[in-house]
Amino acid sequence: MTFDPSYKEQGLKSVGTRPLRPDGVDKVTGRARYGADFNMPGQLVGRVLRSPHAHARIVRIDTSQAEALKGVKAVVTAADLPDQSNGDAATFAVLDNCMARKKAMYDGHAVAAVAAIDASVAKAALKLIVVEYEVLPHVVDVDVAMAADAPVLDETVFTTGVEPAPKTPSNVANRSEFGHGDVEAGFAKADMIVERNYKTEQTHQGYIEPHACVANCNSDGTADLWVCTQGPFVYRQVCADLLGLDVSKLRVTSSEIGGGFGGKTHVWAEPVALALSRKAGRPVKLVMTREEVFRASGPTSATSIDVKIGAKKDGTITAAEATLRYTSGPYAGMWAELGAMTSFACYDLENVKTVGWEVVVNRPKVAAYRAPSAPMAAFAIESAVDELAHKIGMDAVDFRIKNAASDGSKSSYGPVYGPIGIGPTLEAAKSHPHMSAPLGENQGRGMACGFWFNFGGQTCVDLNIGADGTVTIAVGTVDVGGSRASLSLITAEELGIPYENVKAIVADTSSLGYNDMTDGSRGTFSSSMAAISAARNAIQVMRERAATMWDISVDDIIWEDGHAKAVGATHDNLAPLSVADIAAEAGNTGGPIAGHSELVADGAGVSFGTHICDVEVDPETGSTRVVRYTVIQDAGKAVHPDYVEGQYQGGAVQGIGWALNEEYVYGADGRLQNPGFLDYRIPVCSDLPMIDTQILEIPNPNHPYGVRGVGETSIVPPLAAVANAVSNAVDVRMFHIPVSPPRILAALNAQAKG
Amino acid sequence: MTSIAVSTTINGDDVEFLCNADETLLDVLRNRLGLMGAKEGCGTGDCGACSTIMDGRVVCSCLVLGAETQGREIETIEGMSEGQDLHPLQAKFIEHAALQCGICTPGFLMAAKALLAAHPDPSEEEIRFWLAGNLCRCTGYDKIVRAVQGAAAEMRGAKT
Repeated sequence: MTFDPSYKEQGLKSVGTRPLRPDGVDKVTGRARYGADFNMPGQLVGRVLRSPHAHARIVRIDTSQAEALKGVKAVVTAADLPDQSNGDAATFAVLDNCMARKKAMYDGHAVAAVAAIDASVAKAALKLIVVEYEVLPHVVDVDVAMAADAPVLDETVFTTGVEPAPKTPSNVANRSEFGHGDVEAGFAKADMIVERNYKTEQTHQGYIEPHACVANCNSDGTADLWVCTQGPFVYRQVCADLLGLDVSKLRVTSSEIGGGFGGKTHVWAEPVALALSRKAGRPVKLVMTREEVFRASGPTSATSIDVKIGAKKDGTITAAEATLRYTSGPYAGMWAELGAMTSFACYDLENVKTVGWEVVVNRPKVAAYRAPSAPMAAFAIESAVDELAHKIGMDAVDFRIKNAASDGSKSSYGPVYGPIGIGPTLEAAKSHPHMSAPLGENQGRGMACGFWFNFGGQTCVDLNIGADGTVTIAVGTVDVGGSRASLSLITAEELGIPYENVKAIVADTSSLGYNDMTDGSRGTFSSSMAAISAARNAIQVMRERAATMWDISVDDIIWEDGHAKAVGATHDNLAPLSVADIAAEAGNTGGPIAGHSELVADGAGVSFGTHICDVEVDPETGSTRVVRYTVIQDAGKAVHPDYVEGQYQGGAVQGIGWALNEEYVYGADGRLQNPGFLDYRIPVCSDLPMIDTQILEIPNPNHPYGVRGVGETSIVPPLAAVANAVSNAVDVRMFHIPVSPPRILAALNAQAKG
Repeated sequence: MTSIAVSTTINGDDVEFLCNADETLLDVLRNRLGLMGAKEGCGTGDCGACSTIMDGRVVCSCLVLGAETQGREIETIEGMSEGQDLHPLQAKFIEHAALQCGICTPGFLMAAKALLAAHPDPSEEEIRFWLAGNLCRCTGYDKIVRAVQGAAAEMRGAKT
């Protein structure tokens, strides 16, 4: 049956309600099983040896003493994970990051691993591995790495995207450019121009659950991986590629996931665990320590961004330009490109140009973190926009409203927008009581906007109707924050049955067709699309069964309110059949009833938000407290409003941490100085006020219920909203995130000196 | 390594176990006793995901040695509900959507239980400071604070 995903306004019974989540009891009783909560018979403990150097040639590794230690069952190095990338640079980069080959590229880079009978033997074995390093000059700062005299990390990196192609290698992997119009002509028309450089520091997703897996390679060539991941199907493919396994012989089961935020979309130690298991012939459990999580997994880019924006006195922006330099760790990604795409997405601009520079440095490989690359760009752009509004004497919200993109605007990154939420979120901010509330001494208010694309992608759902008429849906998108509830709600709505009659489970890779990861705010958007399609297929089957039961034509049967109903004068006296009625007779009408769907969920609606933040700054210490915070964001349709609010609040607080406090601190030796939650301080309960939320619903025309992704946009505005609030509180512009006490004090001292 | 024999009380039951001198209470709970509700988020007492209650006080079980629990009374998340009846805090956490990924939830529940034992009618500030040793990266804490407020009100109501 052809699936029509277009939005139709309709009365809703389940979607938009707030029922209890199906996995709640497991999670409040300690019964939910996460990555480290699974064991297998005969399981070994895996541990990884990591480079203490930021950049070093690996001259020699001697594992003989470790192998000889009693209780050690396997030791692996790069030699046990041979390069099978066939020249594919991206695959090679993943492999090299999992286990260093010729060089250690950052402090914490894996160089060897052991599997032993217990943790203390494994730990002792690591100390017996001899690694001879030739320490090389390193570079961690993005601007320094781009300089002509910087140590070059990789002799095979020649900048792409520039003409003519460079003849010498450098740390600049890629140049990307977006925009339209003529920015020079636009700046010539401006009455006022703001031109600034902004910097942001590297942060970590900070999920509370460290990476954890249990790997088991069997002697018959089959393998199993239990792992906390946002994408079991992607992990299966990547692990199989790296280890030379047949994809169909590797079964990946995703555990409950203790936070990911993008950091669990990339493989880290999982291929190493599989290699250890293959060599030892026994299951291997490998759990990272918190220090390993910080040193060797998932940080964001650190950035340096130049922004130039010009406007007329009436507030019309005439031109906008940004140059964005993003670190990517030792391997190129598309982080600067994403920053360049998102920079000016909130605005309707005649002349706009953004250039992204992807820069390799001796830091851990950058991973996605919630709307990856957008928060840093938004910090720079929204700071400059704020300053420009101030300079031309316009209210910061009015200035943004005047320039906001709307239906039909050509976006700064190319596409023309449909119905979007930036204007409505700004209007809502303007009229929000928060905006006019009085401020106290040393307090300031800031606001900022944010954008994220959202993603759809490959999706597959199985829907089975039980003999009692209850329904199970098997989905392939990992539930990171309540999607089993939202998908059950949508399935219930589509079938016309109660929420309690639907159970959603996350299937493993051998039980369901391929699904893309839970990323790009796609979990509820894409899996609900497939669930709706599967439900419609099941309804078709149930109509046919009803036709058999009644012995009438299927064309005379409609589906309404969870029942098959006969229509037409001759059938009026037939009582409607419920799902349970039809399911009870399934054995006599053709067997079990199911619906299936596989599709590419196109048309993920873009997402916009506007945040308002009040801070209080202690002028003596530079310490800053957020005293009030409001998130306004377009959800398209909030399927389960509690968990939409939760996404808004959680993203905002991650952004607040990034804005005020979180940063990777490197020593002169290139070693990470703060790889722990004590020194890398994420926001705690006592740091924060309640986080107010306002959900706007501007339907996505490409989803039957108007759903847009909601997970990521909330982390985009806070960096700028907080920095603008601090700037307004102390009357000094802040250009470097985090605006930690030392940076605020330095800015205040510089101002005092004039 | 010579194991140490320990007799203790966990969730009201007498428990005996052997552990090594360097094993933490968290190691013992998870690896020897099969009580995996306490989670290891850091192993250094910074995240609170392994919070348990020892003799009425919240502790990070990663900072307590297994051998130290000799003769003590330990409460873990596995003992929080009475059979099928959830503790009001557990019920309110679900009702208020105070969990997303849920990895921090057992630790928060133990810390909140100790809070309400000491302060049946806590202010928002008291809640925020009592729970400041438990990290949550998903929720921004808003709904957690509201869930604790809800449970406190219900528990006070039940007593009067």
